[in-house]
Amino acid sequence: MPLDLNTKNDLIFRLGEILPPASLITKEEDLKPYECDGLSAYQRLPVAAVLPDTIEQVQQIVKVCSQLQVPIVARGAGTGLSGGALPHEGGIILGLSRFNKILDVDLKSQTARVQPGVRNLAISEAARPFGLYYAPDPSSQIACSIGGNVAENAGGVHCLKYGLTVHNIQQIKIVTIDGELITLGSETLDTPGYDLLGLMTGSEGMLGIIVEIVVKLLPKPHAVSVLMASFDKVEDAGNAVAAIIAEGVIPAGLEMMDKPAIHAAEAFAKANYPLDAEAILLCELDGDAEQLAEQICLVDKTLLNARASNIVIAESAEEQAKLWAGRKSAFPAVGRISPDYYCMDGTIPRKQIAFVLQEISRLSEKFDLGVANVFHAGDGNLHPLILYDANKEGELEKAEQFGAEILELSVKVGGTITGEHGVGHEKIDQMCVQFSPAELTQFFAVKSAFDPMSLLNPGKAIPTLHRCAELGAMHVHNGELPHPEIPRF
Amino acid sequence: MPIKDNDISQDLELFVKESIAAGMPFAIHGGGSKDFYGNPVDAGPLDVTAHSGIVSYDPTELCITVRAGTPLNELESLLAEHQQVLPFEPPQYTDKATIGGAIATGISGPRRAYSGSVRDAILGVQIINGEGEIVNFGGQVMKNVAGYDLSRLIVRSLGTLGLILNVSIRVIPKPERDLSLSFEASQEDALAFFQDLRLKLLPVTATLWKDGKVYIRFSASEKILQSTQQKMASEHKLDEASVTDDFWQNIRDHKDDFFTLSDKPLWRLSLPPTSDNIVRINDPQLIEWGGAQRWVNSNAPANIIHSIASSRGGYATAFKRRQAGCAVFPVLEPNLLHLHRQLKRKMDPHNLFNPNRMYQGV
Repeated sequence: MPLDLNTKNDLIFRLGEILPPASLITKEEDLKPYECDGLSAYQRLPVAAVLPDTIEQVQQIVKVCSQLQVPIVARGAGTGLSGGALPHEGGIILGLSRFNKILDVDLKSQTARVQPGVRNLAISEAARPFGLYYAPDPSSQIACSIGGNVAENAGGVHCLKYGLTVHNIQQIKIVTIDGELITLGSETLDTPGYDLLGLMTGSEGMLGIIVEIVVKLLPKPHAVSVLMASFDKVEDAGNAVAAIIAEGVIPAGLEMMDKPAIHAAEAFAKANYPLDAEAILLCELDGDAEQLAEQICLVDKTLLNARASNIVIAESAEEQAKLWAGRKSAFPAVGRISPDYYCMDGTIPRKQIAFVLQEISRLSEKFDLGVANVFHAGDGNLHPLILYDANKEGELEKAEQFGAEILELSVKVGGTITGEHGVGHEKIDQMCVQFSPAELTQFFAVKSAFDPMSLLNPGKAIPTLHRCAELGAMHVHNGELPHPEIPRF
Repeated sequence: MPIKDNDISQDLELFVKESIAAGMPFAIHGGGSKDFYGNPVDAGPLDVTAHSGIVSYDPTELCITVRAGTPLNELESLLAEHQQVLPFEPPQYTDKATIGGAIATGISGPRRAYSGSVRDAILGVQIINGEGEIVNFGGQVMKNVAGYDLSRLIVRSLGTLGLILNVSIRVIPKPERDLSLSFEASQEDALAFFQDLRLKLLPVTATLWKDGKVYIRFSASEKILQSTQQKMASEHKLDEASVTDDFWQNIRDHKDDFFTLSDKPLWRLSLPPTSDNIVRINDPQLIEWGGAQRWVNSNAPANIIHSIASSRGGYATAFKRRQAGCAVFPVLEPNLLHLHRQLKRKMDPHNLFNPNRMYQGV
């Protein structure tokens, strides 16, 4: 709902009392950069964007919005891939880009206290002189902000061994919708009461505004090795993943690419990928030198038994960087072979990898759209890149439908519609597939405990029962029609 | 012995619905091994131990889904058959302890500081919610950000937000072998040793200090353990006598003399691991988790214990053998307590589940 003119004028006047003119953006041309996040297919202009410098300003802004009942959408670097920071047409964007300071790096406690606008990679750079690093590494790590990482519970290629954002943060400070500043978590390994730190992580800006974060830092591994295995069959590559885990090895990273992705990446990055392989696995192992040697030996043997046609072991940092360059450039590389692509983010049980890949290729034929698969195979997190051309009429819709069916397939095989990108605006309809009305109602109950007037990023992540009913794409369990309480015509 | 396979979720659902209708709250219990943990609940008991069994377990998925009433010792044996373990090594204060209780209390054992806590390992839950409906949150996969993370919220909520039916937990490979060593050290030296250890990449899975001695457990292959032992021997005067096999289990299960021989109140202090040694009280202390978890048997007034913990950025719990009138958990800041009460009210609108077990109104 757009804001009525009186409220809008009142809002801008009162925000102007809190912020200097340069921190309050209201002109349409200046608001353009805020109309979307990394998912640029959806765009909307907010009423205003504010760029506070202090926590006190955030508290005051939230209080004003709360009094005037104006929606607030928090925004970090705007690299999110699910439209989580898509503005509300009657609300403001609360940009946290000026909260860009690393407040403290402490070797003794192996932590860093940072502001939410600090870039993910900047934390590891600041920690490097101490021999430490911050483990979660989403592919956008050079640009994405740590505040956004917490809001989305961001992952990356090293989650299998080192966990998600939720496993690598100790404490956050949030501003509640009442404008109160609350600390969740602590420097200890647990806190009394409910795990509100865990609940806030991945809550997509819907429960509070994150204004400070204490992250855990890990000592740099002494030695790292990367193995690349080629396979003649995608199925064998999928099974190799389970075989490595069955040997009791937890690789630091275990990535898989299929033929279209290999070709695109090779053309782009010249990583020496085998062009005749149907799939490759990249397996990164780390630890102290002795542990590493043992693991390489075991993984090498396991890959051979799993019918790898060729195995390359990269020992030097240069060789490793080259192998990773291909994987890390997969998205832009695919961008070169197709005018547009749509990146999906389902997670499935590892044992379903081969089956799901077969189904995706069947869907690719059905929709007559190409697809390249790159994914975090170790934790079953798929990123099918659907290739389409937005200039061709109907292709975007076809790509969206293709993506939706992949997500529904993920749920069907026991997985989830989003592994690390979040639901945001993009996958809200698929939430109706994954969750029952009772479960969605529970989410709304939690939301209302923190934000009774639903002003924090409203309309994202959790669909209303009404929306699900209208959509028709729902949880039909035992043939019972869901949402019997809602009339249907 | 195979784990008893018995699904009573329908009965439990009916029970909760009837309780809503009758306005009768209840006190959920499993094996009762952690009944002492939390405030007494003034309501009739609801025994969930009959709800037991493995719902699904595929070792290469590193995930097990299990009914809440399943005994921990049986679960542990099943995982061991597949060379896997629970990363948080939950205590079994009695042989009746269940996985549901481990999840609800969130209490972890010696391995916790090195491979994560209960909440770090939880992947999904099935609960009966405050409206008497069976609902699922999370799942069986490692990465899942669909909806709020209610499965983590259920961990250590002491059964106050819903009745846990099933849980999906991340399991980890069981290391080939364990090696436990000990050497003499003052408390101060022990803490410095633990601090130093955190920056090394040794395969540590447990640390402890008591009675002037450091105990440390490494878990890895035979070959790695040999070289680890050499490294340790070159830096410390290791005890000749080996640490017995059941040492860590006795620590985990509070069967060690430290826990059983005292009649004073047992306090648990959760502190930043970098905290210095505590000299304000003379009572014996037992330090775990590289300094992050410290136990003390003490008659000192509660406010003294709380201030020792809070002055270091931590908190204290009156774990066992509480003095009359002493609260179990430390006071929360008003803003934070308000959020807790709001959440409880929204998730449990009929105030059925373990009322006041954590705090008044929570």
